Amino acid sequence: MSAILALDSVSKSFGALKVTDNITLAVDHGETLGILGPNGAGKTTLFNLISGDVRTDAGRVSFDGRDVSREPPHRRCRLGIGRSYQIPQPFGAMTVFENLVAAASFGSQRPEKDTYDRAVEILRETGLLSKANRLAGSLTLLDRKRLELARALSTSPKVLLLDEIAGGLTEHEAKELVEEIHRIKAQGVTMVWIEHVVHALLAVADRLFVINFGQKLAEGEPEAVMNDAEVRRVYMGLEA
Amino acid sequence: MTTNAPAIAFEVSRATRASRTGGALAAVFVVFLATFPWWADHGWMREFNEMACYLIFAMMWNLLAGYGGMVSIGQQAFLGLGGYALVVMGNFMGVNPFVAVPIAAVLTMLVAIPVSKIAFRLQGGYFAIGTWVIAEVFRLSIANVSAVGGGSGTSLTALRGIEKATRVSVTFWLCLISAVASVALVYWFLRSRQGLALLAIRDSEIASESQGVNVRATKLGVYVVAAFGAGLAGALYFLGNLRISPDAAFTVNWTAFTIFIVMIGGIGTIEGPIVGVVLFWLLNKYFSEYGTWYLVGLGLLAIVVTIRFPRGLWGYVSHRFDLHFFPVQRRLVLREPPKD
Repeated sequence: MSAILALDSVSKSFGALKVTDNITLAVDHGETLGILGPNGAGKTTLFNLISGDVRTDAGRVSFDGRDVSREPPHRRCRLGIGRSYQIPQPFGAMTVFENLVAAASFGSQRPEKDTYDRAVEILRETGLLSKANRLAGSLTLLDRKRLELARALSTSPKVLLLDEIAGGLTEHEAKELVEEIHRIKAQGVTMVWIEHVVHALLAVADRLFVINFGQKLAEGEPEAVMNDAEVRRVYMGLEA
Repeated sequence: MTTNAPAIAFEVSRATRASRTGGALAAVFVVFLATFPWWADHGWMREFNEMACYLIFAMMWNLLAGYGGMVSIGQQAFLGLGGYALVVMGNFMGVNPFVAVPIAAVLTMLVAIPVSKIAFRLQGGYFAIGTWVIAEVFRLSIANVSAVGGGSGTSLTALRGIEKATRVSVTFWLCLISAVASVALVYWFLRSRQGLALLAIRDSEIASESQGVNVRATKLGVYVVAAFGAGLAGALYFLGNLRISPDAAFTVNWTAFTIFIVMIGGIGTIEGPIVGVVLFWLLNKYFSEYGTWYLVGLGLLAIVVTIRFPRGLWGYVSHRFDLHFFPVQRRLVLREPPKD
């Protein structure tokens, strides 16, 4: 297997605070990498560096064999990096259907009409079909999370970045979402998933990557990582 | 799952009943207006021309601020440049002034490209003030060009050879065509793929960028189109006025009245500026003789409307009765009801 997404000694500081400190990681084709870490560990910043919302201070982000470190976010999206936001960012005054059409048309550079079939298909897959004509700003939290996922999928990503997509959902809702993510994985989409709902993450992830204070703490098989003494101490507050 | 589910039968609807009947009524009304030069009073046509210029200018300001989120208070920069471009081409280069009108608009558009390099470095309130400063720079620069009469301005002499009736009729028709075209242009733009991007940017700049929308290029496109419209309005206004001066061309009043028109009518709707212009025309016609008190009244009205009807008058009506004469939405119509 070869890496589709690779970070090579990436660092980022906001003032004196080093939020990403010399991180190196690689994600293989078709793999699901779970990212764990306490609040403020720098998980979302890591996503921002991959999607291009924030530029790296040092190091390299490469995607599909090319250096994308200096590419703006819209170019990275068109290359195949799709992302969802932890705090949903719907296009609130547009309908749910239009949210998907916009993402599909610009994310995959196709004429608007050619995206309708795919948008309808994704609406059905994500359970949003009955809300297609609702304004996105009027949706409930669960549906906003679904819309984040649906919209990111509409851009036809090769790698999907999911930022706490299960956070704030009930047990039952989270379960539905995990099933949905399983289906996406089965379609061969590579995923990087930040999640605090650990059991949801463990149900899907092939590998875990744990960060703390912007640095790598542990990496490897989910079971081994979860049993790691340092991870248990830092992340779960357990004394090993 | 994708693989063996049957395809869903659907269509995407872009029209509403109001848009179909409204479109037909508007066409009849425009044809009726087009007959003005054969029977109407010259004063009516002058009033119409002035309001047509405000309508074009307001449509463009609404596109820029209401849809693009770029609240400029310096669009008079482009209006003034359009006017001066017309006068220079007409008086010094022998271009027929009627032909010079669209050329002036295109030239203004070209000037907007380098200007955007400066303006786009600023955000929010700084952008608003910055654009005003840019307009003042244009005003002061042109006031120092003696060839166009410096601070006291000059007259459009190129129209002298043309008979008055012809001049008034052609100017009127140009204004009518331009006003209809500017509404059509904004409507078409907002319904297009680029319009979808603009609406997405208005709702979330960061998310649209990460979904593949080139935010900067889209905003630049809108800024340039808005400058074209402002230049067109300026060229038409001074074609009718026959006289131009830096103070008349670059006054912030242009944008101030336009903000009034758009806010009262309903920002972020296409109907809003039309409703706003009609209201502004009525107020101007019946109350402008009160001078300062008229302006105080306009201000008070603007305050009352923004508090009582934050979406503007049309925004209120449209929301209350679900009425859309210019629908930009895409409605998904399923042949069978969804099961989820």
